[in-house]
Amino acid sequence: MGSTTQDLLRLATAGSVDDGKSTLVGRLLYDTKSVLADTLDAVHRASVDKGLSTPDLSLLVDGLRSEREQGITIDVAYRYFATPKRSFVLADTPGHVQYTRNTVTGASTAQLAVLLVDARKGVLEQTRRHAAVLALLGVPRLVLAVNKIDLVDYDEAGFEVIAKEFTDHATALGYPVGSVLSIPVSALVGDNVVDRSTRTPWYVGPTLLEHLETVPVEPDPHDAPFRFPVQYVIRTNTAEHTDYRGYAGQIAAGTVRPGDEIVVLPSGQRSTVARIDTPTGELAEAEAGRSVTLVLTDEIDVSRGDLIAEVSGAPVAVDEFDATVAWLSDKPLRPGARVLVKHGARTVQAVVPELTSRFDEQRLTTVPAPDSLSLNEIGRVIVRTAEPLPVDDYAVNRRTGAFLVIDAADGSTLAAGLVGAGLQALSANPDDNGGATTATPTAGDLVSPGP
Amino acid sequence: MATGNTTLTSLRTQPLDALARLESEAIHIFREVAGEFDRPVILFSGGKDSTVLLHLAVKAFWPAPVPFPLLHVDTGHNLDEVIRFRDHTVARYGLRLVVANVQDYIDDGRLEERPDGTRNPLQTVPLLDGITSNRFDAVFGGGRRDEERARAKERIFSLRNSFGQWEPRRQRPELWNLYNGRHRAGEHVRVFPLSNWTELDVWRYIKREAIELPSIYFAHRRAVFQRDGMWLTAGPWFGPRPGEPVRELTVRYRTVGDGSCTGAVLSEAATLDEVIAEVSASRLTERGATRADDRLSEAAMEDRKREGYF
Repeated sequence: MGSTTQDLLRLATAGSVDDGKSTLVGRLLYDTKSVLADTLDAVHRASVDKGLSTPDLSLLVDGLRSEREQGITIDVAYRYFATPKRSFVLADTPGHVQYTRNTVTGASTAQLAVLLVDARKGVLEQTRRHAAVLALLGVPRLVLAVNKIDLVDYDEAGFEVIAKEFTDHATALGYPVGSVLSIPVSALVGDNVVDRSTRTPWYVGPTLLEHLETVPVEPDPHDAPFRFPVQYVIRTNTAEHTDYRGYAGQIAAGTVRPGDEIVVLPSGQRSTVARIDTPTGELAEAEAGRSVTLVLTDEIDVSRGDLIAEVSGAPVAVDEFDATVAWLSDKPLRPGARVLVKHGARTVQAVVPELTSRFDEQRLTTVPAPDSLSLNEIGRVIVRTAEPLPVDDYAVNRRTGAFLVIDAADGSTLAAGLVGAGLQALSANPDDNGGATTATPTAGDLVSPGP
Repeated sequence: MATGNTTLTSLRTQPLDALARLESEAIHIFREVAGEFDRPVILFSGGKDSTVLLHLAVKAFWPAPVPFPLLHVDTGHNLDEVIRFRDHTVARYGLRLVVANVQDYIDDGRLEERPDGTRNPLQTVPLLDGITSNRFDAVFGGGRRDEERARAKERIFSLRNSFGQWEPRRQRPELWNLYNGRHRAGEHVRVFPLSNWTELDVWRYIKREAIELPSIYFAHRRAVFQRDGMWLTAGPWFGPRPGEPVRELTVRYRTVGDGSCTGAVLSEAATLDEVIAEVSASRLTERGATRADDRLSEAAMEDRKREGYF
């Protein structure tokens, strides 16, 4: 039985079709003994039905009937496993159809991503695109799993070529060298996934699981300026709680203490934190990631959607801002589109008057003033909102710099929005270089991690 | 310097561990739904997951009462202990309970008893009628993604059409902790605050928070008979057939469900610590061990979800 105070690592996987990702995830679950007897029995039975002599571990994770029929993965699936050192929430993102959509979904909360490549094929177009999307979303750490190493006779030189090519690409995207690790694995045979392989004596680094267990988990940004989106106003009037009025939410950034001076945005009213309430007692201090209820000293007007921030370093509420969007809908985005924007706990009407540029993840360049953004495309846009929003730059805060673009007509989610450039490669002004700008590698300039 | 550091450390709250993060996430989800929907409801069966769900809801809105009613789809095949626990819990928190009775549907002919006597598949219609007639627009369930492979792909906010159906290919991307609850009239959203919890997390949380549960979750002596590898108990649903001898054994239940198809497991785990030790060591998943309805086919759960089941 593991300790009950272990921490949690959220990770995402990404890879192209046939890289063996389902098998790798199946292997992680199988070798960490996260697969229970009846599930395994079902996989054994299904493998025999398919005429296989060894269990097909990918069957552990291919969930839907149509996926099993077609032998492909359709949607992001969440997996859970734990070792005595850590608990893991794994977002398993499929590689072929709608890969940007799925990768964005899986990566938005990830603290680490495992990218797969086939050792026989090396770094592909899709590998580069995936890495760009992961960098854009600010996933702080990458692992390149060079899979099927058994099929290239455990060739060290080939592995080194792939590792170097990938590391160079990741560095160009802004990843510091120490945040990227390449590991030679065979998901099918089990080399270096959980157990160290004797067939790669030239590899001295950790196995995949060892790395996942020991890689530093970036804490929530508790040193950042305090940010608290108000989700709900709790009111009651009982003998014990006379005219109670508390503001419920989850701390998005920073730390709060009773006595802190705060400002409510967008109204700009000021007050002081009187108490931090929880059902098990008042807290002397609460930090990012915690769901609490704040009671203020003054009776001021605060409602759902407002942002409570510390007075020093408070964001400015703006009704027009520059943003990066990953377009996730079949309906393309065109200039002048009317949409809804959900930021924190507030949803407002908005218009996108202008598409500034479209990002080419292959060449790490931008194409100025596109006519539209289609499914799986990433671009810079101007967003104008009907009411001012207290946004932060996504590069500073992954929580308060993120927003959803929602279709006002049918309610579907159209895009993932990031305030500002999101990615270095996108921040370059396309006019500087005749319309195409290549990213310049700068280590240590990646967006901060967040919950 | 050393003294200064000590003072600073003692002022800091504990960093959030895995369970505290899961709790914070679930509370965040409850508050989002309260803020965005008009008529939410919590599905409550008296089982451990829905009891944890209710506990989290209480924490999310404290010191105000939970601003939602509860809905129980009662198959009529429940163990007495569970129904007593359900009513006791509802009264303790001063909440309103809506019960949709499968028996009513059978009595007036809207549903037909199945030849095998199991009633879990019959829950879908009363559930959807209960949602529609009460105009519930958000329905909280205790489903977890670790339970089953189809569930592993379901979003925390799961949009259902006016027939309550889940359409896996039309799921919305779920980004950061920004949940999109927009839906058209007649549609509703199923919400799963425990999505990221495992069975072991649920048990550890029950222990940490000292949450009361029905007694059937702990080892007790019970008259049972074996069918399809499960230990069933005789009740209003059916009893043993010839060749199925009744034996008194020490058992406990891992899930609460329809008595006709939810089996007990042989267990000596009489305390929370013993249950946690047993769950940690268990080689069978919760559903596989004790739910006949999930065994029907490889894609049993997926099919039932498409039909509007949870």
